[in-house]
Amino acid sequence: MAETRAAPQEILLPVKPGFIALTLVAALLLNLLPWSGYGLWVKPDFVALVVLYWCIEAPRKIGFLVAWLLGLTMDVADGTLFGQHALAYTILAYAGIVLHRRVRMFAITPQVLHVIPLLLMNDLIVLGIRVLAGAEFPGFQYFIGSFIGGALWPVMGALFRLPQRPQVDPDHA
Amino acid sequence: MEHQPPPFFKTGPTPLARLLIFSSLSMTLLVADTLFGYLTPLRRIAAAVVYPLQRIAVAPAAIARRIGEFFVTQAALRAENTRLAAENLSSAAQLQQLQALQAENAQLRELIGARRRLDAKVVAAEVLYAARDPFSRKIIVDKGQQNGIEAGQAVVDDRGVVGQVTRVYPWLAEVTLITDKGQFVPVQNLRNGLRAVLSGTGREGSLELRFIPLNADFQDGDRLATSGIDGVYPPGLPVAEVANVERNAAQLFARITCRPLAGVASHTQLLVVIGRPDVPPRPVEEPKPPRPKRARKG
Repeated sequence: MAETRAAPQEILLPVKPGFIALTLVAALLLNLLPWSGYGLWVKPDFVALVVLYWCIEAPRKIGFLVAWLLGLTMDVADGTLFGQHALAYTILAYAGIVLHRRVRMFAITPQVLHVIPLLLMNDLIVLGIRVLAGAEFPGFQYFIGSFIGGALWPVMGALFRLPQRPQVDPDHA
Repeated sequence: MEHQPPPFFKTGPTPLARLLIFSSLSMTLLVADTLFGYLTPLRRIAAAVVYPLQRIAVAPAAIARRIGEFFVTQAALRAENTRLAAENLSSAAQLQQLQALQAENAQLRELIGARRRLDAKVVAAEVLYAARDPFSRKIIVDKGQQNGIEAGQAVVDDRGVVGQVTRVYPWLAEVTLITDKGQFVPVQNLRNGLRAVLSGTGREGSLELRFIPLNADFQDGDRLATSGIDGVYPPGLPVAEVANVERNAAQLFARITCRPLAGVASHTQLLVVIGRPDVPPRPVEEPKPPRPKRARKG
């Protein structure tokens, strides 16, 4: 029980805005890879994942505008309805910002239990918009991506924290 | 970099307010896009901005494919060469026949005063990727406005109709496949000339003919080709084959499922048919004469 609550708090350096931008562009590129067939089903929404991560870790440095613009970019790149991802990412960013204190109480692995429902909510919003616009429900495999996204969360967290670790100067250690 | 002291009193609008602002913006865009289609210019501009990113993302797969093509064994090449030579021989014979037939056909058409069918120009395009949208069946090809592609043009491969261009960007075009739900192709049964409208189902490799009466003469294996009466698809392009006809007397219409002939889900090279068949303009609807007021009875 004790392990699930706050892991020994590391003191990390503040994250650089440039690094946030870099990860967001990388996520966008991953989303834009030519996924098709089964790949499309298992592909998590990388942009949603990274936006959620930064909304939880650095809610003052990333905001609704970034999430919204990234959503519009995804809509244009996928040729989907203009605004569906924008709306979903906005709500995701809101959820991340509102919940960030609570989620950060947990170590990175138990955080997955918060992340998966949020990613599912993101999927549900897109699904709702498309069904309202006349599309058919594509089947439950549509939600697989969110679970994969949840599984990637700890990996991503570990990766994104690397540049924030204070560098130990060997001369003064 | 130092920690900035948290601004206690001035943090701008609350998250809830921002959520409402951006949500309503998104909603406005959604409504403007779905109901009114106002956003085409905006989408074009945004697409031009995203284009380099898309090309970068597609590059690794393209490079991998090139490398794969480079390491083809000689045996495979020779086998392909012999196959192509054989094909070439047989198609050369057919081509000669075709030329004779075309000449004859043109002559006959002139005789009966029929409109000459447009011999459509085509532009070869390569599929960049399938649109990553699980709700629709679309692909993105690497030719766009710059190559004379317009929305509405038909897209074919070597076996039949693949789909229709639905959106054009400066250097890209979005093709909706015939299997997309809500994509319709007017067709004709080659066996007996029956006309029908083929519609996509949203599932891969499956099309259906809707609203066909139970007694209509459709059989398994019938070939369907475009009828050309829509002015979008040039006539005579093969589209699909009837896979299954289910006649249930309890229902009003027969359930006819078809298979697309073209490799709708698996191709990299496509042809976009530039130039629509020249259809005479629709007759202008004359304004109805004002209805004479009905004389009151009595």
